[in-house]
Amino acid sequence: MEASSIAITILWSILFVYAMLGSLDFGAGFWGMVYGKNSQTNASIIANRFLSPAWEVTNVFMVILVVSVITFFPFATTLLASILLVPVALGLFLLTVRTTFMVFEHHADRFRNVLLVTSGVTGLLLPALLVSILPITLGGFVDFENEYPRLEYNELLAHPTLYMHVAFGLTTELFISAIFLMDYAKEADNWAAYHTFRKHAIWLGPVSVIIAVLTIGTFPTEAQWIVENIEANWIWFGLSIIAFLIGYGALFIKRENEQRGISRLAVVAIIVQYGLAIYAYGSAHLPYLVFPDLTVEESFTNANFSLILVVYAIGFGILIPGFILFWKLFLKDRRYLKQD
Amino acid sequence: MDVVVMARALFGSSLGFHIIYATIGVGLPVMIIIAEILYLIKKDSDYALMARRWTKGFAIILAVSIASGTIVGVMISLLFPSFMEIVGQVIALPFQMEIFAFLIEAVFMSIYLYAADRLPPKLRLVSIFAVALGAIASAILITDVHAWMNTPSGFRITPDGSITDVDTWAAFFNPSFITSALHVVFSAFMTVAFIIGSIAALRLLKKNISKEERNYHKKALTIALYFGLITSLATAINGHETAQKLHEYNPRKLAAAEGLFETTRYAPLSIGGYASLEDQRVKYAIEIPYALSFLAADRFDTEVKGLNEWPEELWPPLYVHILFNIMVGVGSVLIVIAMFALFWKLVLKKEYPPWLLALLVTGGPLGMIGIEAGWCFSCIGRQPWTITDVLRTGEAATHSNSVGFLFVLFITLYVTLIFATAFILKFYFKRNPVSLDLAKGES
Ligand code: HDD
Ligand code: HEM
Ligand code: HEM
Repeated sequence: MEASSIAITILWSILFVYAMLGSLDFGAGFWGMVYGKNSQTNASIIANRFLSPAWEVTNVFMVILVVSVITFFPFATTLLASILLVPVALGLFLLTVRTTFMVFEHHADRFRNVLLVTSGVTGLLLPALLVSILPITLGGFVDFENEYPRLEYNELLAHPTLYMHVAFGLTTELFISAIFLMDYAKEADNWAAYHTFRKHAIWLGPVSVIIAVLTIGTFPTEAQWIVENIEANWIWFGLSIIAFLIGYGALFIKRENEQRGISRLAVVAIIVQYGLAIYAYGSAHLPYLVFPDLTVEESFTNANFSLILVVYAIGFGILIPGFILFWKLFLKDRRYLKQD
Repeated sequence: MDVVVMARALFGSSLGFHIIYATIGVGLPVMIIIAEILYLIKKDSDYALMARRWTKGFAIILAVSIASGTIVGVMISLLFPSFMEIVGQVIALPFQMEIFAFLIEAVFMSIYLYAADRLPPKLRLVSIFAVALGAIASAILITDVHAWMNTPSGFRITPDGSITDVDTWAAFFNPSFITSALHVVFSAFMTVAFIIGSIAALRLLKKNISKEERNYHKKALTIALYFGLITSLATAINGHETAQKLHEYNPRKLAAAEGLFETTRYAPLSIGGYASLEDQRVKYAIEIPYALSFLAADRFDTEVKGLNEWPEELWPPLYVHILFNIMVGVGSVLIVIAMFALFWKLVLKKEYPPWLLALLVTGGPLGMIGIEAGWCFSCIGRQPWTITDVLRTGEAATHSNSVGFLFVLFITLYVTLIFATAFILKFYFKRNPVSLDLAKGES
């Protein structure tokens, strides 16, 4: 593989991890709001317990994503910064409000309701903003004015593809988080919450897949290039659908204790589903970062690439044990899961 | 206002906001370690309580610190893209290493916070050590980028602006890296020590507190004074080295810091006053003969360059002299306060009178003012350059016309958050007063 292909693959993998973690984190916020006032199911408790320690890890991945763009593709910064200033800055604003509220509430539970609403509403707005970056890179929304690139807000806001992308982002987020929280609830032996999340996963699954397919139909005319690439990559998207069917089917299998759904299998299959789809979409996006102005090759760094790789390797070598410890403490430890 | 000025104002205020929390994030884990170790040595449960209460405060501060850090991290690329294009090629290494430092800090902080009661004491100490290491490492690494902006090295730039001959390690170990990094870490330690001292002194000023509570706060104050004195001495000694680096590598900045217009041997040091362009000297200052020459290179006959060596358009704003004086002033005053208070305790062996406690209350805020003045001096003193003698601020900045709206949005956010953090800290510690915790410990 060429160096720039390795770099874009690493970047894309970080994006994949962030998309998964972000879906969980933001989705848990939304479910926490929906079930916050309803004391019958304790789905909200499950969602919030998951949320408390997880946001920091999600946040760090967002920073890794930005730093990786700069280190691997420094020549992309000027264009990306100019067209993404407003959506990304608004995202930062919301993220800050969300993070600080979450921790403040932890120390002053009098503000529980404000928190539930904040983390729920930002749990929808943030992914909507982030996913709106995708159509911008497809072409047709960037103009040059005295050599300075500008995002054409009017065209973007008037285009149906933006809204389909947002719908796609939100249904995906809620589907992934419902499946994951279902598994988390099982781990905590909380069957009421388990069934609440299972119910939502059952309707969200097909809806998210249908919306994903329909979204491709709304791509702007300038984006014909990627539609062709997607068609050429159909095998991978097909495998992704198969993974989806396996995961979705797992929701209906009976367990020994007469409850329906093998949640762990569902989680794994859904991760595989999105992994396949995201890599297939990423390779269809090549060679462009932003069509037609910016390619992967042109933006690639001229610095010492192997040194960067060594640093990443050492860094992740330190991190993985940290993650394992984290996982054991919060996702596996029954004393944390089942505290009243 | 023009877009470039707006971008600078937005970025400067974001950093000015972040640094308040980041400084505490660097210093407080070290204070917590000291308390945990004292507990292990002295077996006095007051120290365990201190560690626990400081950790609660730290958790609140850390949230804002991470959030605002994320803002500046992303904003620097959004607002100064041409600058980041060069950074990405030459000095991306510290940024990459930094994220792993953040992750270590974030993961171990979650562990220390949410799982503290499920961890054996040794593992708890290990976690808080990891938190401190992560915070200090991230401060050192980001300071590396900042030092490189002041003394750029490890690359060449061709006339058409492309970067060649990149030497990553030469950039990483640029001439001012070590001194600057030490300066940032020492000044964060000292500031947090004096903040802890301020809080303890404030509590001791209250009349109707129990004897146990009084003892608890006295112990906290003592830790603060010892650690504050050591670290403020370290800050000043290392600050002196930092100034010598300026003399060697950034003489224009030193000239602006001291308000020196004409190149001179036996240059005097001007303390206070303001640098006047018409008079070509610092007005209303106290002058110490020969001192500047001596400070610059340890000899009275050192030649110190004056601003007139450079065309006026390359001068930083003249008010950086004031910023520099505020920083150095804070350092000197805090050394004196800490020495005096320790003298009172150790030699006179007397209780602190209210006026002395009131003086100690000012320590924390003064330290924070010193930090802000120091950073502003260093960044504004670099103007009109973003990378000294390589990239001008005007070329580095974005040309997007939405910056004005974002400026209003973010300033509102920062002001709200400063009040919100103060409110939450107050709310939390009011509901969980020391007296209550001490009573719990008894039973
Ligand atoms: C004195 C030290 C210092 C200085 C000058 C800065 N920071 Fe900072 N920063 C920290 C000390 C720190 C810290 C104390 O180490 C934090 C707080 C919490 C944490 O995890 O690290 C942090 C957090 C933090 C984060 C969030 C990390 C996370 O997600 O956990 C980012 C992205 C940045 N910083 C980036 C920056 C940038 C781009 C700066 C300047 C241009 C900057 N910081 C100045
Ligand atoms: C007491 C004597 C001190 C001296 C002689 C001194 C000297 C300096 C110098 C020369 C710089 C500029 C470095 C550059 O631009 O390259 C600087 C920066 C700075 N100072 Fe100080 N300083 C002193 C005390 C303090 C104190 C007490 C604080 C904070 C409480 C502080 C905080 C800072 C900070 C945060 C910076 C910016 C970071 C950097 O560039 O290193 N300094 N100092
Ligand atoms: C955290 C404490 C800091 C404060 C309070 C601070 C303050 C400021 C201020 C006031 C400005 C505007 C200067 C002007 O345009 O007149 C500025 C600009 C800037 N600073 Fe700093 N700074 C800090 C740390 C840093 C660090 C650690 C870096 C590098 C990693 C950095 C990089 C920059 C850049 C890129 C600009 C914009 C370009 C320029 O104006 O030169 N700053 N900062």
